[in-house]
Amino acid sequence: MNLLLALQDPNTQWVLMGCILLGTSSGILGCFAFLRGRSLVGDALAHAALPGVCMIFLLTGSKSIGLFLIGAGVAGLLASYSITAISRYSRIKEDTSLAIVLSVFFGIGIVLLTFIQHSASGNQSGLDKFLFGQAASLVKSDVVTIMIVASVLIGLTAILFKEFTLLSFDPGFGRGLGYPMGLLDGLLMLMLLMSVVIGLQAVGVVLVAAMLIAPAVTARYWTDKLSRMVVLSGVFGALSGVLGTLISTQQENLPTGPTIVLSATCFFVLSILFSPRRGVLARLFRFFKLRRKVLIEDVQQALYECLEEQAGSSRPGGVYLGIGSAELALKSGKSLSQVKSALAEMVRQKIVAERAKADGSSTWTFTPDGLKNSYLLVLNQRLWDLYHMNQNEYHHVHIDQSQEELAPQLTEEMLEKMLAQLEAYDLTPKLTEGTQAISRLYAREQGGLSL
Amino acid sequence: MSSQTGAVPLLVRDMTVAYQKKPVLRNVNLSVPEGKLIGIIGPNGAGKSTFIKAVQGLIPTASGTAEVYGKPFSQQRRSVGYVPQRESVDWDFPTDALDVVLMGRYGRLGWFRRPGKADRQFALDCLKKVGMADYADRQISQLSGGQQQRVFLARALAQEAQLYFMDEPFAGVDAATERAIIQLLNDLKKQQKTVLVVHHDLQTVDEYFDWVILLNRRVIAAGPVKEIFTAENLQKTYGGRLQVLGTQVLLTNDKTSGEADAT
Repeated sequence: MNLLLALQDPNTQWVLMGCILLGTSSGILGCFAFLRGRSLVGDALAHAALPGVCMIFLLTGSKSIGLFLIGAGVAGLLASYSITAISRYSRIKEDTSLAIVLSVFFGIGIVLLTFIQHSASGNQSGLDKFLFGQAASLVKSDVVTIMIVASVLIGLTAILFKEFTLLSFDPGFGRGLGYPMGLLDGLLMLMLLMSVVIGLQAVGVVLVAAMLIAPAVTARYWTDKLSRMVVLSGVFGALSGVLGTLISTQQENLPTGPTIVLSATCFFVLSILFSPRRGVLARLFRFFKLRRKVLIEDVQQALYECLEEQAGSSRPGGVYLGIGSAELALKSGKSLSQVKSALAEMVRQKIVAERAKADGSSTWTFTPDGLKNSYLLVLNQRLWDLYHMNQNEYHHVHIDQSQEELAPQLTEEMLEKMLAQLEAYDLTPKLTEGTQAISRLYAREQGGLSL
Repeated sequence: MSSQTGAVPLLVRDMTVAYQKKPVLRNVNLSVPEGKLIGIIGPNGAGKSTFIKAVQGLIPTASGTAEVYGKPFSQQRRSVGYVPQRESVDWDFPTDALDVVLMGRYGRLGWFRRPGKADRQFALDCLKKVGMADYADRQISQLSGGQQQRVFLARALAQEAQLYFMDEPFAGVDAATERAIIQLLNDLKKQQKTVLVVHHDLQTVDEYFDWVILLNRRVIAAGPVKEIFTAENLQKTYGGRLQVLGTQVLLTNDKTSGEADAT
């Protein structure tokens, strides 16, 4: 109810609109800052803006956002120049010079802010809101300024999308094409600065940088295409702006900055967990699935190879072939419990059958379908082994090693040659439908007693 | 574009590059013939990459000029293609192979214009030429090292240049890619294009290249492989380090003496 009431308030509507555009523009620009490896620059610029804002207030005594923009802009430019200058003309690296500049400017800002607070007119200035942001303190003229600047930023990014892509991916190549990469880099910095400055009052000096980065990294989890990432990032930025503002209106004196940043973080955490391709859960799931598959294939291969040996050594017409699970564990190098769980899964897939022996123990063999399946598996495995063993001979064959099966990638001729080689190494899988020993392999009934 | 006869593809005059105080490259004077595959050879730290970057104006130079087909380099950017070292970019960038190749068209497009259908088709053709058409929409981090290198080559092809600079295209690639690159180099040569390749494998120099520039902080020698790629010149370029190359020295010795006998 409370929320609905708040939404009907025209002032809140203005503030919301401002925050939506703010979130969109910083989300979009943040993508390029993030991909360019400049995630911290926004933070430095924001902290540097504080002394600028305070100086403007001390000099003019006015609280116009336009004037603040100028002050923050000048201070931000000075800061970004200092960062580049320190890292270029001394042995200090860029991250260090960034940390120095950020803290020095912020220190100056806090001193100035305290000075203003203690002066006569300062108490009422509301400048303390600049630390953590208070969107509710935005008036219509502020919102109009924010909206104009944000729209310009979004428009510029749309026009220069191609150039900024080049700048973030491969500036060296871009320079080779004749684009002035230094100029574009400077422009991107300037645009980042503007987006930080319009966010100061709503989000605050301390947290405005998160508005640049959080939506961008969130968007990265959902797509592998830059154009989509930029759009998504803008949407995430706008959503966090709206959510954060609404939450902060529900509680008196709750600053907007933290609520916006927390909303953005929520999106981020959800994405890192649930994103279908890069998300933690999806990756864990894929990992366990793969591990399971490898386990089963290994046990299947071990069973095949054990049976192969047994069939080769025992007399024709002898007892039924079968391998105990302990022996399988030994052969495959897995623990007994792993082998048992793999066997259970293979029983479910009707690949193997259990056969109880007279002494109460049981042995394992393949079902007819299981044998066919295992033959192909083992053949494929051994062909790969052969391929890796004699890779030099196969240079001219186009093989995609990331694919699972080798045989379909080969020509008839090649396959024949490799099969001949397998034979020469005595690696041809010996248990097939036609093998003599085959009659002794299958249990008459699945899992039933043998004769 | 190709019929700018009379002028050499690349003319470098008095080029010196210095990082900090010490010159990395000193007084490079060079004139390169058209339609040749040219290897830039030298030990590690000899300034091979620095050379091709400086010529293209990608890094500041202390002195020197570079002319492409008789005009200053800055006016001829469109006729120059570049394949940077593969490690120079972040391959986890959110883009696919086709989009990377499209970047090769950006120079022709100029400011603000987006690549259109024709550009996409052209980029796809370039991918086809390096045997990567099937990977056009593959995210670039999912490509193998060799495939990434081929994407970079396709991007350079998309530039439709006359003069190409390639920085170690053979470094750490698989056999299939190596073959694709050689095929491509020979195709370019047939089209009368000039290609300068930074290369570090001495074994393959006389097989791949027509011309060679031996570099170690300055140009030791430059000219046709047969005349320049001799044990004596290699000794001057690599100095004591050549001993490490053991069999290769013997190989080149035998070959040069054999050729001397034959002539």
